[in-house]
Amino acid sequence: MAIELKMPALSPTMEEGTLAKWLVKEGDTVKSGDILAEIETDKATMEYEAIDEGTIASILVPEGTDNVKVGTVIATIAGEGEEAAPAPAATPTPAPAAEVPPVPAPAAAPAPAAPAPAVRAADPSIPEGTATVKLTVREALRDAMAEEMRADDRIFVMGEEVAEYQGAYKVTQGLLDEFGARRVIDTPITEYGFAGLGTGAAMGGLKPIIEFMTFNFAMQAIDHIINSAAKTNYMSGGQMRCPIVFRGPNGAASRVAAQHSQNYAPWYASVPGLIVIAPYDAADAKGLLKAAIRSEDPVVFLENELLYGRSFDVPDVADYVLPIGKARVMREGKDVTIVSYSIGVGLALEAADALAGEGIEAEVIDLRTIRPLDIATVLASLKKTNRLVVVEEGWPTCSIASELAMVAMEQGFDDLDAPVVRVCNEDVPLPYADNLEKAALVDTPRVIAAVKAVCNRA
Amino acid sequence: MAKEPARKTAAPKKTASTPAPATNREQPSEPAPYQATPEELEKFYREMLLIRRFEEKAGQLYGLGLIGGFCHLYIGQEAVAVGLQSALDGDKDSVITGYRDHGHMLAYGIDPKVIMAELTGRAAGISRGKGGSMHMFSVEHKFYGGHGIVGAQVSLGTGLAFAHKYRGDGGVAMAYFGDGAANQGQVYESFNMAELWKLPIIFVIENNQYAMGTSVNRSSAEDQLYRRGESFRIPGMQVDGMDVLAVRGAAEAALEWVRAGKGPILLELKTYRYRGHSMSDPAKYRSREEVQAVRDKSDAIEHLKKLMLDAGITEDKVKDIDKEIRQIVSDAADFAESAPEPELHELYTDVLVEQY
Repeated sequence: MAIELKMPALSPTMEEGTLAKWLVKEGDTVKSGDILAEIETDKATMEYEAIDEGTIASILVPEGTDNVKVGTVIATIAGEGEEAAPAPAATPTPAPAAEVPPVPAPAAAPAPAAPAPAVRAADPSIPEGTATVKLTVREALRDAMAEEMRADDRIFVMGEEVAEYQGAYKVTQGLLDEFGARRVIDTPITEYGFAGLGTGAAMGGLKPIIEFMTFNFAMQAIDHIINSAAKTNYMSGGQMRCPIVFRGPNGAASRVAAQHSQNYAPWYASVPGLIVIAPYDAADAKGLLKAAIRSEDPVVFLENELLYGRSFDVPDVADYVLPIGKARVMREGKDVTIVSYSIGVGLALEAADALAGEGIEAEVIDLRTIRPLDIATVLASLKKTNRLVVVEEGWPTCSIASELAMVAMEQGFDDLDAPVVRVCNEDVPLPYADNLEKAALVDTPRVIAAVKAVCNRA
Repeated sequence: MAKEPARKTAAPKKTASTPAPATNREQPSEPAPYQATPEELEKFYREMLLIRRFEEKAGQLYGLGLIGGFCHLYIGQEAVAVGLQSALDGDKDSVITGYRDHGHMLAYGIDPKVIMAELTGRAAGISRGKGGSMHMFSVEHKFYGGHGIVGAQVSLGTGLAFAHKYRGDGGVAMAYFGDGAANQGQVYESFNMAELWKLPIIFVIENNQYAMGTSVNRSSAEDQLYRRGESFRIPGMQVDGMDVLAVRGAAEAALEWVRAGKGPILLELKTYRYRGHSMSDPAKYRSREEVQAVRDKSDAIEHLKKLMLDAGITEDKVKDIDKEIRQIVSDAADFAESAPEPELHELYTDVLVEQY
């Protein structure tokens, strides 16, 4: 019986990968531990080792193939005494880079009935007719850093595995080659120390980009982010600035449990003196990271691991910089306003598409910047729709959602036809088990249900 | 029982109980007491006396309710800031310290009026009344604070050193911290990176024997704090912090090491704080006799005065300086008491640099 070799999952978030190189050919004898192939994942290029002994019977996915789904049979091995004959052709299915949510919706999820084509409002800062290029969020972030580093020698990138490893999540890929070890600096595992060092370097006139492997680890460094970086300009009467960007993935990833899955947006957003940005798509990731690097203020830039590999259209212009503090109407609608940020925007858009099939036109707003909040855009939409749902991949208590509910009450009370509804994660530490994790995280069906309830259509 | 600061020894004191680590690594040269000219002695005296009189006045103003919050006085430790900073190059070197920061600013020649006005929370204060005693900065003088979180300035100072090296501007960062901060984890994170990357930084432990009310011996497994850099390969020196010439001599040796690109160095300055940790310190952790003994036997200003007289400076000249300093401090206090408080709209300024 031929042994099937399948595309391995080499990271918690990997759904597909590139078969970069075969190191064996059909007819080769292999034994356990031999390296068969190099596979490029969303995080790194990994070597794929043989576990079984035998002869390579067939190679089914040629090298250089992109988007090979995890689980696809890529080769077969004939065991001892078996004919090394080609196995029945298992057609590789390189999937197109579709914008599927990496967390599959629970079985109970109603299939979105004939989703209407998304009516995506153009970002006011992009002139109509601008050419676009498809980029992943990861590439967009890298390009933003590289472009700014080319323009300003004061900018450097520092963090764990940002240089020789090419980024724990490959966000800084290629930067070491272009800018060298002076400006792309691997640190020891020492978050408090390098966050403080970066903050001091910013006070001393440089423009650091400090990468946290994830924001969970920035808890060890939060003193410098808040006490040193955020407060200095105020405490010094405007004398001493601290232009620094703290960036890295934030929020739940996939099956990494409670200590590695938390949304810190509400924490940082509560601190005067900080700018907090949490983009959803690649264009905003690029345009806002460039703006963050240029800012004279300290910026907490919250990325999302599950979004890194998703592709979006990015305006193909020379210097794409977006304004900080401006929300974006992602989809226009008249019946209800759904406000979200980061990964929640994708859920909101999916929900809106599904709801359109049921006659509810939802307006979707991506906050993009969490501090300062673009309250004007939210209130203008509320004035139009009179109903507000906030979607947030994070805990409900003391959340951005609760803040927006308060804003709506204080400044939009007369426009509200129904109470503001929060759609957040469950109020528990994130569990590991697949079913429990799904149950804890905000998802599209919950958004749909909340919108229907607030529109009296439940 | 606190150890008395080593009075006579300027050279690092190798402890008898613990043998010096066997090492074939290059070590900094043994510091020699600084050979000061009479003019330099006079300059040190002026600066140290200014700090003492300024701090005494601040203590008075605190008692009158004109200064609020926390106020940490530098009385007793004057020789440290003056001796070290006199060796720095004000055009390129940078300094950072913790919350006991008045002395370091005065040693850098920053106007006593704007410092005192900051203590009284006035618009003319160096932080426009929004920082207070613990949070004062002068980017112009490359003085980067004034930080209220114990130990934070060590990582921040390492960042200043990183910036010097990154720019290649030849500057050295000096990061002061106390014996209390020496037990913070980030100090060692910073030591590691500073030596790893050979950053130009002088780490200065001002060992005034007490972290608030906890003596070094009650808080530190290795109480010879100059050795705290050893496992990071950072050389250390123990210095008599009550002798300004010993301090200056150590600063010269440290700067020689750091400016030669050999990486960081650690100085432990044995000193003593006469007053409480802050103004609200009940001082139950040490005896009056202990404090008085240091004042009588080891006072840095009295010691310097003797050196001046030995160098031929007359008693009258010393008295003239005393009078002059009292006047400067009195003027600073008058200014700080009469200057207006910040306008209310200042509440909302400087939260962010840019508008969004």
